[in-house]
Amino acid sequence: MAAVTLKDIRKAYGQVKVLHGIDLDIAQGEFVVFVGPSGCGKSTLLRMISGLESITGGEMSIDGQLVNDVPPSRRGIAMVFQSYALYPHYTVYDNMAFGMRIAKENKDEIDRRVRSAANILQLTPYLDRLPKALSGGQRQRVAIGRAICRNPKVFLFDEPLSNLDAALRVATRIEIAKLKEAMPDTTMIYVTHDQVEAMTLADRIVVLSAGHIEQVGPPLELYERPKNLFVARFIGSPAMNIIPATVSETGESTTVSLKGGKSVRVPVPTAASEKGKTTSFGVRPEDLTIATGEDYLFEGTISIVEALGEVTLLYVEGLAENEPIIAKIPGILDIRKGQTMRFSADPKKLHLFDAEGKTYRI
Amino acid sequence: MVTQIATAIGVMVAGVFACALYYWLSDKTLQLVFPVPDDNVRTASRNLNRRAVVRPWLFLGPALLLLVVYLVYPVVATFILSFYDRSGTNFVGLSNYAWAVQDAQFRQSIFNNILWLAVVPAACTFFGLVIAVLTDRIWWGNIAKSLVFMPMAISFVGASVIWKFIYEYRGGTETQIGLLNSIVTWLGGNPQVWISLPLWNNFFLMIILIWIQTGFAMVILSAALRGIPEETIEAAVIDGANGWQIFWKIMVPQIWGTIAVVWTTITILVLKVFDIVLTMTNGQWNTMVLANLMFDWMFRGGGDSGRSAVIALIIMAAVTPIMVWNIRQANRETGGH
Repeated sequence: MAAVTLKDIRKAYGQVKVLHGIDLDIAQGEFVVFVGPSGCGKSTLLRMISGLESITGGEMSIDGQLVNDVPPSRRGIAMVFQSYALYPHYTVYDNMAFGMRIAKENKDEIDRRVRSAANILQLTPYLDRLPKALSGGQRQRVAIGRAICRNPKVFLFDEPLSNLDAALRVATRIEIAKLKEAMPDTTMIYVTHDQVEAMTLADRIVVLSAGHIEQVGPPLELYERPKNLFVARFIGSPAMNIIPATVSETGESTTVSLKGGKSVRVPVPTAASEKGKTTSFGVRPEDLTIATGEDYLFEGTISIVEALGEVTLLYVEGLAENEPIIAKIPGILDIRKGQTMRFSADPKKLHLFDAEGKTYRI
Repeated sequence: MVTQIATAIGVMVAGVFACALYYWLSDKTLQLVFPVPDDNVRTASRNLNRRAVVRPWLFLGPALLLLVVYLVYPVVATFILSFYDRSGTNFVGLSNYAWAVQDAQFRQSIFNNILWLAVVPAACTFFGLVIAVLTDRIWWGNIAKSLVFMPMAISFVGASVIWKFIYEYRGGTETQIGLLNSIVTWLGGNPQVWISLPLWNNFFLMIILIWIQTGFAMVILSAALRGIPEETIEAAVIDGANGWQIFWKIMVPQIWGTIAVVWTTITILVLKVFDIVLTMTNGQWNTMVLANLMFDWMFRGGGDSGRSAVIALIIMAAVTPIMVWNIRQANRETGGH
């Protein structure tokens, strides 16, 4: 049974529509990550699931029960906030016990649950401290501990790592992954704008943009078979190169002519009616290789070389209108600015999108 | 009229100019006394350090001088006066203090002051807090806040005059023009002379100060409430706390420092309460407070500077520790940790 079901969920603040009908089923025990650019509505959607934000339209159920009008505390959820949201005047112990005390749980049970959560998160030595005496990572662990103590069916994370520095972010990310492994039956919904967090943590990623779902799927599916230009450009870093092209041959596989006259065969089928139409041809920087022979994809002048050690980023001018094509080549290369180079790519890793930005791939 | 305004503006400009001139001249003098030669680095750095040490004292000098003349000297003089008789010429030892302990009116004043202390700061803080919380939730909150704050702009004497009309009593068959009495008669009760009702009249006077000071408490507490991170309240909502629990267990503890500052600030004000009592009852009908008693003994009827000085010192002794604590607390609130 689905742990969380969203049916045509809408949100509007007065006249301003923020979410335009979200349909989503989240299975029990699934780790789902909402990603999208700022203002896409991902945090709003999470807050609607938590009950902190009211639902303008549609139906939301958690564990089979319609929760549109159920207060947050009765939804069986727990939330971890970006800013930790610890009660500054309570000790770590009291922070974790607060919810259970409100619910009038018995003292031994409270103590048992707090200590077990503290144990999982290595917080036992800090139980008597106030939040201000803890580091950022420890504070976020307390916030997670407080969530664990609620014993929720659904865990909600609202950008929990954004306030941490880079090293702590990686460490806490791994801790969250471990936590998920330790609680296989608990559903987790996680909001982030960081695609590394999304790719590494998620069972499924939900890509949102401007109040719509663009695509839902496992991380690698989104990477390998993006449904549209938005997802193609959003997942992966640096973003996929997009080159305007025209369909010249249709059928089992499609031939497009890039700017500058070069023709490329892409192994995706198109209908005959597509012939002559404008399309977007896409290839990821890491799928490009330096071509040695005459069989190459495109040719251009190198404008910038960024040597990062493990990889070298080459900015190639001359194909797309305003932005350079980026190639990500492993290792350290002896390439100078101004050099003319040829690049090729595995045909299976080429992408083709129609004029509306939808993929031709079935 | 025009000349007065011109004079006032002239004085203001001249005053500011004189201050600026003082700072400029004193700094110039400092530079002359401790020169910084180009060719001798040792002397230069030594003299720069000396300048840095002397400069704050030079700049603070005039203010410190005024503080000594108008604050320190009167305190010392009052202390000395308290050991002298009514004319201030014959030393009488501790007899003024002995008098105070036995005097019925002095005891009455102490009792009334304690009553004021118990009621007014608590009531102002409580109402201020409640209004601050409630006005945050309604669209006309800011209008309500301005209305509550407005009495702060009225002087104590002015406010007392306004409330005199509310408590006004007309004898015989005259129409009751006082607001309170007209309500009472309209409800079928008998009009009362409110400000002479024993014990109760103290509370009627306190209401005036509460009316004035609630706005102050509200503004400060409202700012503090806005400083509470919204997420802590949302976290409490998810934890299942109701409005009452969120208020007492999450919000109030987070602004406890500010509540204490507001409370003590009003406490200090209450210890010095004077104008309201003077205007409303002049201390009659058992409403006397220390400040009025001091005033009476010094300037009216009493004519005894010794006894008056004793009362003044007692007020100061009561205010000082609260003041010290208050300033420390306020510094901690604003100065971070």
